[in-house]
Order: sequence, then structure tokens, then C-alpha cells
Amino acid sequence: MEGLLAQAKKVAAEAEVFVVSIEETSVEFEANRLKHIQSKETTTVALRLIRQGRIGYAVSTRLEDRHKLVKIAAETAQFGMLARFHFPHRTTYPQVEVFDPGVESIAIAEMIRLGEGLIASVTRHTPDIVCEAGVTKAVTSVRILNSEGGQATYRQSTFGLGIRGNLIYDTDMLFVGDIEISGHPLPESGVVAGRVIQQLELAKNQASVTTRKLPVIFTPRGVASTLISPLMAAFNGKIVQEGASPIGSRLGQQVFSKKLNLADDPKLAYRPQSRPFDDEGVPSQHTPLIQGGAVTGFLYDLQTAALANTQSTASGSRSGGGLPAPAPSAFVIAQGDTTFDEMVQDIKEGLVIEALMGAEQGNILSGVFSGNVLLGYKVESGKIVGRVKDTMVSGDIYQLLNEIIAVGSDARWVGGHLKTPSLYCPGLSVASKK
Amino acid sequence: MPTKEIAQELAKTLKGFDADYIEAHLEETETSHLTYRGKELESIGRSSSVGGNIRALVKGGWGFVSFNHLDELRGKVELAVREARLAGNEKSRLAEVEPVVDIVPGGADKNPASIPLAEKKKLLDEYNEIVWRTPKLQTSIITYGDGYKKTIFLNSEGSYIEQERADITLRLHAIATEGSDVQQAGLSIGSRGDFEAISGLHQQIQEKVEHAVALLKAPQVKGGEYTVVLDPVLAGVFVHEAFGHLSESDFIYENDRLYQIMTLGREFGLRELNIIDDPTLSGLRGSYKYDDEGVLATKTYLIWEGKLVGRLHSRETAAKMKEEPTGNARAVNYHYPPIVRMTNTYIEPGRASFDDIIGDIREGIYAKNWYGGTTSMEMFTFSAAEAYMIRRGRIAEAIRPVVLTGNVFTTLKNIDAIANDLDMNQGGGCGKGEQVPLPVSNGSPHIRIRRCLVGGK
Repeated sequence: MEGLLAQAKKVAAEAEVFVVSIEETSVEFEANRLKHIQSKETTTVALRLIRQGRIGYAVSTRLEDRHKLVKIAAETAQFGMLARFHFPHRTTYPQVEVFDPGVESIAIAEMIRLGEGLIASVTRHTPDIVCEAGVTKAVTSVRILNSEGGQATYRQSTFGLGIRGNLIYDTDMLFVGDIEISGHPLPESGVVAGRVIQQLELAKNQASVTTRKLPVIFTPRGVASTLISPLMAAFNGKIVQEGASPIGSRLGQQVFSKKLNLADDPKLAYRPQSRPFDDEGVPSQHTPLIQGGAVTGFLYDLQTAALANTQSTASGSRSGGGLPAPAPSAFVIAQGDTTFDEMVQDIKEGLVIEALMGAEQGNILSGVFSGNVLLGYKVESGKIVGRVKDTMVSGDIYQLLNEIIAVGSDARWVGGHLKTPSLYCPGLSVASKK
Repeated sequence: MPTKEIAQELAKTLKGFDADYIEAHLEETETSHLTYRGKELESIGRSSSVGGNIRALVKGGWGFVSFNHLDELRGKVELAVREARLAGNEKSRLAEVEPVVDIVPGGADKNPASIPLAEKKKLLDEYNEIVWRTPKLQTSIITYGDGYKKTIFLNSEGSYIEQERADITLRLHAIATEGSDVQQAGLSIGSRGDFEAISGLHQQIQEKVEHAVALLKAPQVKGGEYTVVLDPVLAGVFVHEAFGHLSESDFIYENDRLYQIMTLGREFGLRELNIIDDPTLSGLRGSYKYDDEGVLATKTYLIWEGKLVGRLHSRETAAKMKEEPTGNARAVNYHYPPIVRMTNTYIEPGRASFDDIIGDIREGIYAKNWYGGTTSMEMFTFSAAEAYMIRRGRIAEAIRPVVLTGNVFTTLKNIDAIANDLDMNQGGGCGKGEQVPLPVSNGSPHIRIRRCLVGGK
């Protein structure tokens, strides 16, 4: 890395080398049986430089490509954006616990045992179900070095356990599933199995809904598949800067229900999105985005922050090997005090949405969505009576999140990016095929 | 050592192991991208990547090892075999395929990486200027990407295949705002490395940008069932999502109940309905000579005269279902093993004209272009980027983009008219599991669907 940086400094005013290496092993089950064992090693080397005031960029899989990286980065700098920032100096970083050596040392045999146990629990409940499952462990190493003296490194462990089950009767198909991810090894699969079994129980009967406006409870998975993509876009400093976020000009204003609180938090211990610094070497921070329904912040990387005349929120992220851009680390919606059962009991006729398909395909910036209920239940007189099918729902996330009736006391992680409770909202348009 | 010599060395190594089958992929890729957000060129960069993988089969279990470093490959083969042995617990079955030694030149594929960045930037600057001339337009995102990939495939049966492919994509989103209302319109175009295919789009871009602004005034449709006419682009997405994924045999081969649903001969649609997957068409983004298991690509009829007649296979699914391999095992890159994927999937043209199709619709929706689509096999959704009401047999006012949904088993039967104007859409990228975006193309003539569920107020 030092060699690459030294060479880059010869052609540029400032330079930065970013190297990320991932070692991942996964055990995968198909049709209830062990099928694949995979090991993946990936290295990405990115060189970013500021040359004659402009940003140049090159990516490779090998540090040895020193000469080529410098040449390409210098070439792209002719056309690159004007740099409005300097690479960060050496600094101190918050202590964020993200590495458990126990993940690295967990044996493949143990991962197989976990996956088999998970499938056994689910098939014991519903013998006809056909499951795919996966158990994955990964260790990621991140290193940053820049010409301004900045240097930083961390190692991160993640362990994941997921299952997707498919149950077919004639041409009727039911899909259930869940996933759990942690920075620690997961010692057992009971939590994931329990959630899947609950889905199977609730979906045992079928129910139909009428085409009209109905109250709705989004479970944590339902929140993830319906409401989160538009929010991630709306709080992205870059979209705000462009004037394309519907809440971009409403900092400090009440936009959402007073019951809603949202933050971006990369400092939570042993979470897969946590880190001591972002992909530009800026120390991690907790960023409140919605407090009591008011918009309190947006997410910025160095360049976007400079353009918006503010500070980076340590949200520089390099997904897919590209230049850093603002992105949330982990969205955390604070839990409330209403239990899921209390929400259900409050509904005369309504829906519980566990998974919505297609909501993210539309114009997510506007907040208006439509989706097909992949897994959802009908509520009648305070009870879940069965699964709904061939049902489409449409709404506006800004209206829904402004009119929240209750925030659940059941906050949990959905994958790595989101911790949320169930949310209970008054009216969602429902269209159903008869 | 150049990749080619490493591959030849590796070919010898593969034969000395106690496994039912071993294959290797080595890959070199060059890419470049330019992204405009708003007036400025936001990101420009180039990348190069070298990597590979080893996949081994022992007693029906697969081991897979991927890597960026091409040294110590023997150790990686050993690891893949060890993993496969841990996973295996039955008999390995792969469809018989003659070993192939072939070097497939890039052919018509030009290397888009060799076009100077300045030339690419000049074209995109012109497009961006069109965007910024339009009043009420808030911002735009233009993404250009190209890639050139050389792959070497080899296996323990003696196959050795070199292939090259070039790929270009151009996406444009125009974003118009008024108050807190945000509307978008865009286009997505791809080609098999031909830069000309994305040049000269000035007129089209002008129209899309104006459409984004017009949407601010457009009403949202009321949700419910409508007669819907799909343009070739959206009908292509529909055939890919609603039916195509269901014909991928890796979903079916170990799921008895799904297999019963997908019995060959089952009636799916009207007699005029023919659906085809064909990687042998020349110059499309889903085209190739050999798939990523070294199997020769073939044209596969999925639906013929409304009946299910075929499906897409890897060597393993073909053997287990006792059908012929079709050469549809593809991997998005060397980080992943090949899985069953579509290539160029389309509905064959019928006889009706567009006017015939809309002529007798009293009230319906004309849906055009795509935002995206997804499927759970039985149910699917796909979203139009443009939509208009059809009133008394004519295209009427623009409405906000719609999301259409349905159940594959009823919706395909509800197609009651197929036009004669087949067009292939090159702008798509298909996702399955983590493997996204895989270059594919979809196509169709205009089609009419009765009683299609549309989301709305």
C-alpha cells in the first residue's frame, strides 16, 4: 500500500489507497439437503487521487497493479469532479467492537450442524415444505492510507443464518423465510426456526380482503420490504443536495408522526454494518435522522458534505467498488410500547404485511409505492384469520409514517441494515382479485 | 504468468484428483464507467479484475472456491474437492456432454474499453445538455458502463474453451419536482459492446425528459382490474418475470410439487402463444456460444401453441430430470458458481396489428417501458415506467406509472391478443439470488391482457 501511495503522490496533490479483503465460507442447503460448500476470497484495491483539483479513480483486484492504477487514476482525473475536500488527517477512532475471533475458528462441521438443525425444526412442523438454507461466516479486513497522514484499519467478523421455505398445494405457493446476522457466531438456530414456524402457523388458512382502504400492521420484515428504500434515498445527502428528496428542505420540521424516531448507527457492537470509521477514514458517529417526527439530519460523505456546506456524517460507502457515496450503515427505528398482539386486537378489518413484493420497483423518491403481498395476513375483529393472496396494496410512505397509530415494542434486526419494530398505520389502499 | 498459460497448467492438475467432476473458470475483466448526477460528471473510473474459481463435484455435493490470486491453484483445487466431499451424500449426476476444445473470438464484439474516455464523455455531455434545457426538471442521473471480459473454462473431462464478451449499458433517469412531488422518467439501453447502439438517442432522451415533467400533472389511476396492453419492452419484462423464471429447472428438479405443476404439455395460454429462450441469436446481450459449464448454447421452446414444451437446464438439472441439457448455466462473474439462467427470452410475434389490439377496448391501460420486475414464481409484479389510459379504442391521457401484478397461471391465460411487432429490449439486467446483474435481453410484440390487477389509489 505504501508503495502505491508513494507512486501516486508523484502525479497527484493528494492520494488515498483503500484495500478491502473478504474471506467467506458458506454452507448451503437445497431441497432440505446439504448441497454446496463455498469459499470465497476477494480483494479490492481502490486508488483515489486529487490531481489539478480534480478527482481521479481506479480499481483493481491486485495491489501489484501499481503502475496501471496510477496511470488510470491520473487519466480519469482529467474529467473528474472538482474535489471540494481534503483526505482526512491521522486521527483517533471510536472503539467499536466488530471482530469476534470465534467466527473465524468455527468449523464447517458446526455450520452444517446448524443448518441441518434449522431445516429439521421447520420440516418437523411442516413435513411437505421444501427449504433452502445457508450458513455463512466471513471476515473482512479494511485498510486506508492517504497522503495527508491518515491511516486506519479494522477487521470485522460476520455470521449469518438464513432459510427460505416453499410450500406448494396444486398451484398455490407459500413462501416463508427469515435471516439472522451477527458479529458473533450464532450458537443455535431456534430463533430463526421459531419465526418461520410462526409464519407457517399464521398462513395455514386463506382469507380474502375487499378492495378498499384498510388499516395495516407492517411487521419488521414488512417495514423492510415496503418503507425503508424510500427513506434511505430521502435521507441521502446527495439526493438532498440535488433537490430530489421530498424532505430535503424540511430540516427541523415535523414531517412524520411524533411517535417515529430514526437514527443511523455504525457504532453498535458486533453488527455487520458497524465500523470504527467509514470508507473514507472518517470516524464513525451516531446520526439522528428523525426525532419525535422531526427531520434532524441527512447522511453525508466528504465531497457531498462540502458541497452542502456541512460536515461528513461518516457515511462514505463504496459499494460495488465505486467512488465513496453517502449510504446508511444501519437504520435503527426506536421501539415503542405497544405489543404486536395489542395492535392486532385494535383492528376490526385489516392487514398484516410480512413481505411485500415489488414496492421497491416504482418511483421510490416520491414515496408512493405499490406491491403484491407476498406474505400477509387478514385481521378480523382483533384476530389473524389467515393468509391473503392475489392482493395488491398501494400507499405513500410519507402519509403512512405521518399517521402512525402505534409503534411496536418488538424491535428486531432484519438482515444487517435495519432494526425496526412493527408499525401500525391507519389506511392503505388494497386491491384484490376476486 | 499470463492467464492462458496458467489455465494450460491447471488443465493437467484437474485430472489428478479423486472427484466425480472438476471445472475451473479464469477471468480477466476491464470496465469503465461514467456517472452524471445533475449537471456535473460525478464519477468516472476504470477498473480491472483478474480472478477465477474451482468447482468440484463429489457424490452429488459441490465444493466451490473463488479467488483473485492465481497462484497456488493446486491448493484451491484440493480445498474445493475437500468441501465437495463434505457436502456429498448421494450419486453425482451430470448430463453427458462431449468435451469441447474451442477458442471463440470476440467476433462482432468491439472492445468498448478501447474507446477514449473523452469520446464517451462527449456523448453523455450532449445527452445531459438536453436534460438541462428542459424547464421544471430538477435533476438527472445518467449512468454509462462498459466491460470487456475474457474467460477460460476448463474441466476434468478435457474441455478447454476461451470466450470473450463486451457489454455496454446506458441508463438515464430524469427527475422532475413540484413542491414535494417527485416524478421520474427514464430509459435503459444496452448492447453487446456496440457503442453506436447508445449513440444518437437525442430525440428519445428529449421525449423521456418531457415525459417526467408531464407526469407532475398526470393523475394516479384507481387500483383494480383492467384490460392492459403492454408495449414490447414491458411485455418482454413480463415474459421474463412471469414465466421465464418458472422455467428455470433448478427451482423444479428437487421440488416434486413444483414439478407436477410444470408438467410438460400443461396448457398455459392461447394457441397463438409461443415463448422461446435463445442464446444463439447473434449480437444480443444474452447471447453466447457456450454456457459456463462448457455446454453448447441451444434455442429452447418453452411454450409452443400455448402448451409447456421445454425448460432451461444446467448439466445437473438435465440429468436429474432425464431431459436434454440446454446450455443455460451462467454465472455473473467468477465469484459465483453457474446456475440456471435465461438468455434472450421472447414471445413470438402473432398476426394482429397494434390498432387491432386496442380497437375494441372501452377503458383500459396502455403500459410502456420498465422500472423493474420480480417474481415469487406463482405471483409476480412488474412496473411500467410510462402509462396511458385507453378510452374507446384510443390512447388517451397520461397517468402516473403503474405496477401490475398477477398470478402466472391465470395471467398467461388472460393474454388474448398478440401483435406482429416483435422488438427485443437490450436494457435489462437479471437478478437471481446474489447474482446480479446478468446481461439478458427480453422481447415481445404488443400483447393484451384481460383482467390484470393494477395498483393505484
